[in-house]
Amino acid sequence: MNYKKLNGDEKILLSHGGGGRETAALIKDILFAEFYGPDSNIIDYDNGQNQIKLLEDAAILDSPKKIAFTTDSFTVSPIFFKGGDIGKLSVAGTVNDLSVMGAKPLFLSLGLIIEEGFLMEDLKKIINSVVQEAKKSGVKIVTGDTKVVPVGKADGIFINTSGIGEVLYENISVYNITDGDVIIVSGDVGDHGSAVMSQRDGIDMDVAIESDCASLWDMIELVLKQGCRVSAIRDATRGGLAAVLNEWASAAGINIHIEENEIPIKDSVKGFCEFLGFEPYQLACEGRVIFAVKSGYENRVIEILRSHPSGKNAKVIGIAGDKNRSDGRFKGKVILRGIYGVDRLLDYPSGELLPRIC
Amino acid sequence: MCLAIPSKVIEIKGDSTVVVDTMGSKRLISTMLLEERANVGEYLLIHVGYAMQKIDEKEAIESLGLFKEIENKMNMG
Amino acid sequence: MSIYSSFKQKNDIERLVFLINSEAKETINIMEICGGHTHSIMKYGLNALIKDKINFLHGPGCPVCVMPIKRIDAAICIAGLPDVILVAYGDIMRVPGTNSSLIKERAKGKDIRMIYSPLDIIKIVGDKSNKNKKIVFFAIGFETTTPMTAALLEEVIIKKIENVFFYINHVLVPPPINAILDSNDSLIDGFICPGHVSVITGSGIYSDIVQKYKKSAVISGFEPYDILSGTLLIVRQINDNNPSVEIAYKRAVKEEGNKKAQDLVNKYFRVRDEFEWRGFGNIAKSGLRLRDEFKYFDAEYVFADELKALELNEDFKENTGCKCGEILRGKLKPVDCPLFGKVCIPENPVGACMVSSEGACSAYYKYRNF
Repeated sequence: MNYKKLNGDEKILLSHGGGGRETAALIKDILFAEFYGPDSNIIDYDNGQNQIKLLEDAAILDSPKKIAFTTDSFTVSPIFFKGGDIGKLSVAGTVNDLSVMGAKPLFLSLGLIIEEGFLMEDLKKIINSVVQEAKKSGVKIVTGDTKVVPVGKADGIFINTSGIGEVLYENISVYNITDGDVIIVSGDVGDHGSAVMSQRDGIDMDVAIESDCASLWDMIELVLKQGCRVSAIRDATRGGLAAVLNEWASAAGINIHIEENEIPIKDSVKGFCEFLGFEPYQLACEGRVIFAVKSGYENRVIEILRSHPSGKNAKVIGIAGDKNRSDGRFKGKVILRGIYGVDRLLDYPSGELLPRIC
Repeated sequence: MCLAIPSKVIEIKGDSTVVVDTMGSKRLISTMLLEERANVGEYLLIHVGYAMQKIDEKEAIESLGLFKEIENKMNMG
Repeated sequence: MSIYSSFKQKNDIERLVFLINSEAKETINIMEICGGHTHSIMKYGLNALIKDKINFLHGPGCPVCVMPIKRIDAAICIAGLPDVILVAYGDIMRVPGTNSSLIKERAKGKDIRMIYSPLDIIKIVGDKSNKNKKIVFFAIGFETTTPMTAALLEEVIIKKIENVFFYINHVLVPPPINAILDSNDSLIDGFICPGHVSVITGSGIYSDIVQKYKKSAVISGFEPYDILSGTLLIVRQINDNNPSVEIAYKRAVKEEGNKKAQDLVNKYFRVRDEFEWRGFGNIAKSGLRLRDEFKYFDAEYVFADELKALELNEDFKENTGCKCGEILRGKLKPVDCPLFGKVCIPENPVGACMVSSEGACSAYYKYRNF
């Protein structure tokens, strides 16, 4: 890594975002040099069949027939956590948002808002994480923006990534969820939320839990390639399992029944939750997806997921629709059958997650 | 009220501080309120960062056996 | 089998449910005092498993639920004073006062910090940038939590820390129970007594329930096995017409409790003549405050002028439709309140019982088990 012009700069200054020489240096020397090699300004993709010229105001791309387009902003604190950092998260998050729509991730934009005084060393680490994570799905970072704001106007660094993907598998949507669809989760829930929360001030727990942050395109494609009839897929991020299931139940207007005993949760996550009074179903995941698949396909989907390192603990956790259960009281809700056979509501998480003493 | 959880002592730090493990999550807690010294391997009941009591494992096992005995009697009678 | 799973085993629970359902001769009203018990009962659906025989009533053992609005307003007032850092447990951050809450005030820029443990305050003191700050601890909780506040004060004194102050809102379990039993229309047959309060106090504090009011008092832990075995013991006491104090949480509760913790509390605290409880009004000898010799640590003394001004100027109001008072006394269930689930929901709590995750209304709303 050759940061000729920025050697000796230890902290990000307002001038780095001013649009002048320092900004150019930052972009070229740290960002692009990291992505595409020093002094590069052209990137090849599609095995050299196409090129994108960098350092223009916009990247000119050849677009596939149908594209998926998504955006997400990342403000995680702490910035560096067990199992990842904000850089890794910003790539995996957007890659996954495209993937769950059946779209192969192609291009990413990277927008940075950096607080004055942020350490250059930390920025380099984060960019390195971005690069490494992008390689996993093959997504290319083709455009971006960097702004520096005065002290106190941002919490270290905020990142926005927008992503374009090619829709390879159409018609994956919550509106396809019908009675009898089987609900599958791709792995243990609550890992990311626990890993991040445990390092927050005041909590200070040393948990043997790493964030599950991961790009999941290739795992998801494995399932879709095989022709399994998938109604919907969603990644469980903020709000965890509870949020996704409630969004689905509410949008599809159908009750979703879940068996509490079947939800995979690591013991260490359970312990963390017990200590502080959290519910594991509300804690964020960053490398887990929930599938709703047509009845009859669940075993095949489980088999495929478990063959992938990110899906080793995939499990069937429930079913959409009220067949065999007379629950006239609720519509569009998530009903959890507890370990003793009693049903209760699994509600949307709401408000800030705070530990309790009671 | 009073969320308190049994946690296993894994290290004595001295100065009324020990490290406990709750199903894999570790934390420093204070033993200032304990009547007896904590020993590695014992389970303590922790509330807001302090140990309030040792868990009596013998009593724990006994209480789990309680109603089984009685049920056996019921079945025989 | 670990200590974490041993007290939840399905076959044990099925056995206890069978015993309760077969031994109870008629429907029994049991008040479980503690918010933690309410939470556990609703989460595991224990009430549904024994609903034909046991009617659980929810008691006032939720320190957040019973906190009067004006104490929240006072905490907000203290937080707004120059150079003050107000620290509080997570539970109390969202409780609405007359106009605002601690969490909203924090968003407006007041230095209000959430702590998990009183020990976190020592860390805040250790941060040199807080040298000239006044760190005020908004201390809440029943007998379980009071010793930890006392332990903090002891450490503050030993280390000669001069900028930590205490806004004490610690309360006691027996007085509201006696108040409930004193009202003639109490239907309660027995009590599930709070397990962790009892770890500290021992079993003696429940003797009035038995001797004066002739009701059962069984001290239970919080796991499903604990709650159901405690319930079964109450059923048996009623069948034998032998109300007594029993410990069904022997692995943690000793008859004499934790004397070291009790002594520490007695060293630093005295009982107030009276203290206001949301839903009850004033209850005699039900709350604690620092002893006079420690008044220089007492926020009510140090900030007396500012708090007096607040009292004179503020008009503390409770919503008249809210039935928290009756719910806290076990007279009504959350579903009996006209505001429940309509105007009053967790995102927009009107009354105390919905605010705290331990409150009866919050537990009912959250779990709504069938």
